[in-house]
Amino acid sequence: MQPQRTEIETEIPVDHSGLNTYTMNLGPQHPAAHGVLRLILELDGEVVERADPHIGLLHRGTEKLIEHKTYLQALPYFDRLDYVSPMNQEHCFALAVEKLLGITAPPRAQAIRVLFCELTRILNHILNITTFALDIGAITPALWGFEEREKGMEFYDRVCGARLHANYVRPGGVLYDLPDGLTADLARWVEGFPKFLNDLDSLLTDNRIFKQRTVDIGVVSAQEAISRGFSGPMLRGSGVAWDLRKSQPYDGYEKYDFDIPVGKTGDCYARYLVRMEEMRQSLSIMKQVLDSLPTGPVKSDDFKISPPPRAEMKRSMEALIHHFKLFTEGYHVPAGETYTAVEAPKGEFGVYLVSDGTNRPWRCRIRAPGFAHLQAMDFMSKGHMLADTVAIIGSMDVVFGEIDR
Amino acid sequence: MTRLLRPFLLSEIFKGLILTLKYAFFVPRVTINYPNEKGPLSPRFRGEHALRRYPNGEERCIACKLCEAVCPAQAITIEAEPRDDGSRRTTRYDIDMTKCIYCGLCAEACPVDAIVEGPNFEFATQTREELFYDKQRLLDNGDRWEAQIAANLENEAKYR
Repeated sequence: MQPQRTEIETEIPVDHSGLNTYTMNLGPQHPAAHGVLRLILELDGEVVERADPHIGLLHRGTEKLIEHKTYLQALPYFDRLDYVSPMNQEHCFALAVEKLLGITAPPRAQAIRVLFCELTRILNHILNITTFALDIGAITPALWGFEEREKGMEFYDRVCGARLHANYVRPGGVLYDLPDGLTADLARWVEGFPKFLNDLDSLLTDNRIFKQRTVDIGVVSAQEAISRGFSGPMLRGSGVAWDLRKSQPYDGYEKYDFDIPVGKTGDCYARYLVRMEEMRQSLSIMKQVLDSLPTGPVKSDDFKISPPPRAEMKRSMEALIHHFKLFTEGYHVPAGETYTAVEAPKGEFGVYLVSDGTNRPWRCRIRAPGFAHLQAMDFMSKGHMLADTVAIIGSMDVVFGEIDR
Repeated sequence: MTRLLRPFLLSEIFKGLILTLKYAFFVPRVTINYPNEKGPLSPRFRGEHALRRYPNGEERCIACKLCEAVCPAQAITIEAEPRDDGSRRTTRYDIDMTKCIYCGLCAEACPVDAIVEGPNFEFATQTREELFYDKQRLLDNGDRWEAQIAANLENEAKYR
């Protein structure tokens, strides 16, 4: 009983051009795939007909895991999403929890957060630009960039004790105050860093090989960028001046004077230029923070949310009880829901947090910018050469910790 | 005119080449000879775990199990019962170093500074089993690194 089946089949036009294409795997172990991206490419000769990104190789179930952790325990998971810019994501989660709790961090904590978020932005862009250049044939920027990144990660180490997975920005403030001498060293680094940027500039910006590989590759128009949910440098590279730090300032970003760099062409080269300029803007923000760093406490004085100082914990019974309650049960967050987003280096990083009044999040949905960018892979690489997909992946700044979650 | 000539003179290529040559010969090298030289470590560094003792040799850990409760990776296992002299001590204190995510919450939670994340980061092993640390191993670590851990804690005391 298969009525009219053959009739339907004959109506479908047979596309003979498809016979010339062949399918190829790029990744998941390809050095240019930036992690564990598996790209199924349908090629016509060397021209990409279709690019199909397969994700999930780094899936750890972070969102589900967080449902079984207290708010304090959930924090380290955010470092491990986009492991190139850990503090920005902790910042987002901390802001979301603070919003539900109805508290704000003290001014000094806010300034420290901004300082380290901008440092992280610079570190992220160094890694992205230099590995991007590495993918399309320039080795030197990567070697120099990692030296600068190392210096930045030493600041991380000094402030929180780890070079990558900081666990530093806590709901209600930050973990500890800046150690002595850190601000002076940071100021010195901020002074010296433009020299590296200028060197990078003279290696790449005018270089004809770099331009041949990036100009007019992966062009995204402003309209397309918006409708595909782009954010961050991907959106600004297409000429849309959208930055959450300006449009909905958090943690005192409105106090600092900075510009939003915008690209004109929306190609890989424009995104590179936007990232270069963003580093300079971040440096300027860091300089302003260092000049105006307020004094005072670095975490909330509500001992129900942040642990009491150690000396007090040893003396006062009440503080000891708070200490024990905080590290076993955690704190109860009033029922409610919030979507809080920050401008992470890669784009809009958001946390949708639903609390049911217990000490664990009922649901924690994570909005990763890289996911929205990667879905445009097919559209961006269509009609380009195989080698250009590598440039497109590089300019997208994908990190699989956050995409696969 | 210069705009017209520039593509033929390869000026930007030569600029880049001169820059790299400058770095190759006239800038001091930045790499370090790792096993012999090491990079700087902060007093807050979170490395290999250690269980500390009081100066008189008594274990600090009182088996309050705060570290076990706060550990996000559930890497710590503790069993405890009263000792012959009536004081409460652990009979078992295991850390699965393969699960540990080095977040430092155990050290933060410990009310007596018994479990700490010390300055050692060179504890790679040949087998997985060697990374399942038991109480003896952790106490030995504490004895080995005590001087440095105590100095770091003292340095950090004013921030904590």
